[in-house]
Amino acid sequence: MSTKTSAALSAPSSGFNWLSPVLGMLGGLRYPALGITSLLAAWWFGGYLVANDPDMWAFANFAPAPTFQALYGLVASGAIWPTILSSLYRILYGLFWGIVIGVPVGVLIGYVGSAMKIANVPFQFLRMISPLAWMPIAVLAFPTWDSAIIFLIVMAAVWPIIFSTAHGVRRIDPNWFKVARNLGASELHMLRRIIMPAIMSDVLAGIRLAVGVAWVVLVPAEYLGVTSGLGYAINDARDTLSYDTLAAIVVVIGLIGYGLDSICSLLIKRFNWHVE
Amino acid sequence: MGASLSIDYVSHRFTPSAAPTLKEIDARIEPGEMTALIGRSGCGKSTLLHMLAGLLIPSEGCIRVNGHQISAPSAKWNMMFQKASLYPWMTVQENASLGLLFAGHSKREATKQVDALLDMVGLHDKKKDNVQSLSGGQQQRVALARSLATNPEVLLLDEPFSALDAFTRSALQEEVPAICRERGITMVIVTHDIDEAITMADRVLVMSQNPGRIVSELPVKLPWPRRHMDVGFQTLRDELMQQFKGTDTGLSGRCAQSSQPADSKAESAA
Ligand SMILES: Nc1ncnc2c1ncn2[C@@H]1O[C@H](COP(=O)(O)OP(=O)(O)OP(=O)(O)O)[C@@H](O)[C@H]1O
Ligand SMILES: [Mg+2]
Repeated sequence: MSTKTSAALSAPSSGFNWLSPVLGMLGGLRYPALGITSLLAAWWFGGYLVANDPDMWAFANFAPAPTFQALYGLVASGAIWPTILSSLYRILYGLFWGIVIGVPVGVLIGYVGSAMKIANVPFQFLRMISPLAWMPIAVLAFPTWDSAIIFLIVMAAVWPIIFSTAHGVRRIDPNWFKVARNLGASELHMLRRIIMPAIMSDVLAGIRLAVGVAWVVLVPAEYLGVTSGLGYAINDARDTLSYDTLAAIVVVIGLIGYGLDSICSLLIKRFNWHVE
Repeated sequence: MGASLSIDYVSHRFTPSAAPTLKEIDARIEPGEMTALIGRSGCGKSTLLHMLAGLLIPSEGCIRVNGHQISAPSAKWNMMFQKASLYPWMTVQENASLGLLFAGHSKREATKQVDALLDMVGLHDKKKDNVQSLSGGQQQRVALARSLATNPEVLLLDEPFSALDAFTRSALQEEVPAICRERGITMVIVTHDIDEAITMADRVLVMSQNPGRIVSELPVKLPWPRRHMDVGFQTLRDELMQQFKGTDTGLSGRCAQSSQPADSKAESAA
């Protein structure tokens, strides 16, 4: 089948040279399109089953059609934007602190052998605690709900950043340090010109993991106290039994998460100096 | 201008309990002189060169540059390694100008100074390329430009050409001493290639193994550029070969006069 397709694609290329790259690009989108279609089909089928089940028909608004209608309504009325912005604000603020703490700590434990040995057990221990487990402590320790949520995001984001950064530092070719010292580099030069560019893609890979975990943690964290954000919106929609809105927000959460991850992966590509 | 080097009774152990890697090495190198250090693998040549670069402090004795004891690396005495070790996220130009940036020059100034050097080492059309796209020989040339950019008084070369093809190697073996002579740079080259030593140096120091010490030295009084076919070259090579064989582990002296089969056994063991 694939040979037939390629023959069909290459045949007109003598006359229409612009056509084959366009078809090639569409061909590249074939698989993602298939994936998205399957997901929608499964969703639609689930909605169909629910609607026809006498026990569950009340949840029929979870199906694609009402969901997209609700989504359109949310976007058109502008009601969704403040919700998205407050969630983005929390996650970016938490990520910011995760990076500010995680990168220096990661460089330190990667660069200084004994620091790694000291930190390894406590860090691995802390890393395995679900950030949501800190919730009661965070609520007690922070004056506002917002700051408590941001604390949970930091607790989620900091570990992947620390470990990925440390891993990057330990992977640096020791000769790079030797050559730099030999050329008269100060410790600051070493950090700015050698270590940071060398580990940039590892740091970004850590940030990408952190974004994933933090985004997952954000929604349940917003079930608490606050009256804004996507997590709050979900809770609110459940309480008012507007399941189409609830499903629309779930879609928004997925889309934004996908978007954040794509930005990270673009940045990783941009700063990656490894040749394949 | 070149600096004088003085190795004053240097001994070294990597750990207090280990056998000494270097023992009582004592030598002077004049400003602008070109010296080759030859010896078997593992005899401590790289160790000694790291000390001359200030990258390693001897456990006994000291190294002096122009009479001053050195305790830290500096761009004034620069070492080139067997591997080019370029920074893969930088272009050729950025790699070569790194030492100048560290010395506080502006990026523009550094780039300008380095341009002439890159022309000299034959990389004028590669300046903006990423170093990962260069061949091994071209990378080593970038490393050479990087070392020369800071105007070093001493250039230390640790088997810098051993990974290169024969043509590139012999071209660089001719070019590097020419550059050093032109700029009056004091050069020390570590090698286990006797021909390379004679091609590049005014004087050859032969090191023995376990512990590493300098067992003999031989002046090379041949005109530049050195030709392998010269009778003088051949004579020196034979002489060095004899001394080289004499450095075999623990059997020095006796081994030098021993018969052919014993020699080849000793070589394959090493
Ligand atoms: N950092 C180190 N710690 C402990 N021992 C070392 C260290 N570096 C080198 N040695 C030992 O010191 C000895 C001399 O090593 P060195 O690298 O100076 O040899 P070399 O003459 O340069 O050999 P080659 O020709 O193979 O490069 C070797 O036996 C080596 O095992
Ligand atoms: Mg060596």
